[in-house]
Amino acid sequence: MNIHEYQAKQIFQKYGVPTPKGIIANTPDQAAANAAELGGDIWVVKAQIHAGGRGLGGGVKLAKSIDEVRELATEILGMTLVTHQTGPEGKLVQKVYIEEGADIVDELYLSVVLDRAAEMPIIMASTEGGMDIETVAEKTPEKIIKVAVDPAYGFQPYHGRELVFGLGITDKAQQKKLINFAKKLYTLYMDNDAEMIEINPLIKTADGDFLALDGKMGFDDSALGRHPEIEDMRDISEEDPDEREASQYGLSYIALDGEIGCMVNGAGLAMGTMDTINYMGGTPANFLDVGGTANAETVAKGFEIILKNPNVKAIFVNIFGGIVRCDRIANGILEATKLVDVNVPVIVRLDGTNAPEAAEILKNANIANVITATDLGDGAAKAVAAAKSA
Amino acid sequence: MSILIDKDTKVIVQGFTGGEGTFHAEQCMDYGTNIVGGVTPGKGGQTHLGKPVFNTVKEAIDATGATVSMVFVPPAFVGDAVMEAASAGIELAVIITEGAPVRDMQAAKACAVKNGMMTIGPNCPGIITADECKIGIMPGNIFKKGNVGLISKSGTLTYEGANQVVNEGYGITTAVGIGGDPIIGLSYKQLLQMFEDDPETEAIVMIGEIGGDLEIQAAAYIKENIKKPVVAFIAGQTAPAGKRMGHAGAIISGSAGTAKEKMDALEAAGVKVVVSPAEIGKAVKEVLS
Repeated sequence: MNIHEYQAKQIFQKYGVPTPKGIIANTPDQAAANAAELGGDIWVVKAQIHAGGRGLGGGVKLAKSIDEVRELATEILGMTLVTHQTGPEGKLVQKVYIEEGADIVDELYLSVVLDRAAEMPIIMASTEGGMDIETVAEKTPEKIIKVAVDPAYGFQPYHGRELVFGLGITDKAQQKKLINFAKKLYTLYMDNDAEMIEINPLIKTADGDFLALDGKMGFDDSALGRHPEIEDMRDISEEDPDEREASQYGLSYIALDGEIGCMVNGAGLAMGTMDTINYMGGTPANFLDVGGTANAETVAKGFEIILKNPNVKAIFVNIFGGIVRCDRIANGILEATKLVDVNVPVIVRLDGTNAPEAAEILKNANIANVITATDLGDGAAKAVAAAKSA
Repeated sequence: MSILIDKDTKVIVQGFTGGEGTFHAEQCMDYGTNIVGGVTPGKGGQTHLGKPVFNTVKEAIDATGATVSMVFVPPAFVGDAVMEAASAGIELAVIITEGAPVRDMQAAKACAVKNGMMTIGPNCPGIITADECKIGIMPGNIFKKGNVGLISKSGTLTYEGANQVVNEGYGITTAVGIGGDPIIGLSYKQLLQMFEDDPETEAIVMIGEIGGDLEIQAAAYIKENIKKPVVAFIAGQTAPAGKRMGHAGAIISGSAGTAKEKMDALEAAGVKVVVSPAEIGKAVKEVLS
């Protein structure tokens, strides 16, 4: 689960990680009032969406008067912001964060993520703040400093020294401030079961202070149960409504832009099915894992969600029954065709436990639109052919 | 021969008396697995499925001599259960539980390594030595005995791959589902070496997916150390970047973790890489004939 910048900064502040002062607003008037409350003579109006690249997309703007804050907030609120991370459809801006202006001398990069190879969190830092870190990693990998922290022993002073000397910071007072900053960030990463924290840029001000000018946080979905206060930060308007509806039925669904709907048990086989369709010259319309406990209701829901997509010209049901019995899935398909108007060809491949019984059930039911397949390759070929002739 | 487990392996079940634990323990016993007891804190002294229940793993080991634990403990408590197994002296924990917090598994894995305990999973179908011992949730009947070893991140692709191998007239020595979480126990490298050392295994099928770089590490290892033929499939060639494809670890981050880079690395290491899982059986036949 991801959260907004203003929410990440609330967590930062709780842990004493310095940020500029800011207040969230839902309306232009509120934005103006927030600016007045913050004081000063320069403010930043920042669109709150779950995607990077907001500045380039026109979602972050500088204001030099309260009236300008109101004008910019009017402009940004309700706009559909398109960045390199939102996809061409963009994201609707519903909140703006009003932040005091900062006197920037230098821009750095700091993040904490899980290093899967080292099996521990790593802190990454770079002098190339404000740039896309993946570009830095590709072009100048030597400018990224990586420090792995073993949670069994926690953040040690040497971790801090590796960071500040790596960044070329020589001033003692500044070294101390940045080490403290990184240590707090590591602590809040661990405490909150974060999956990643990224501060880009982390700025150095004219006074020699370090501030998190931006803040991005993602959390381990499996650990949200023990962090109700984080779960409360969920913004469902940022999630795909179909993916969300699917998840409520225990289905894992992701829309793609092809023509063949897929309904599969198991994430690996679901991806393998998409790959096979592609290999046979077709295009998958979605990823859908019905999970290990598929029944008539979930299968029906799966059909319903797949068919919402107008591009779907055929559906490939690919089940390898393990503990899930194929005859139950076959009955589920029969039920589903009664509950949902399935108006495209459905290619069904059921293999594994009780597959012969399942084949018998489908044969006897003799439903229009249902085509049976003997194996994965056969099913994918039939689905591609059906989509092409539709 | 086989790897890791055989008909003599003594197995306990952690989370023995829960719904999942009960159902699958019974299935495993039907398959022939030597389950000698289980652990459910507070239910020590009872008998479940005809086997003794213990309060702690230590008591279970002392009473039964078990060396392997099959873990069905719910996600919020699974890290603790694995650490208990490690400190009690279990040699291999097979962690079936799905949805374990990453931070907990990080600590549990570190504890297991420190205590010399091997782990498989979490979020995996388990491990099966055909016709001898099943520790997990896979349908035992598809795994006919033979000479192909199988390693997979995905449950249903394990079944798909094993089924094709059997349909081509071959069979399985041992199949291991390593799980698709960000932090897992035994991985390709260690298991590839075990299959290389197993005289009965003549070819190895390895099934991977997008995310992380375990398959890239495996490719480097194969090039240097594995003489037996390897067939590989990497799921997710058509997966979009930045989206989590069902498994917690199956996500392409930036340009890293794509199926293509993994397939290229494996091919360069001399592995027979197939672009569709429907080709696994045929590829095995090709490398064995």
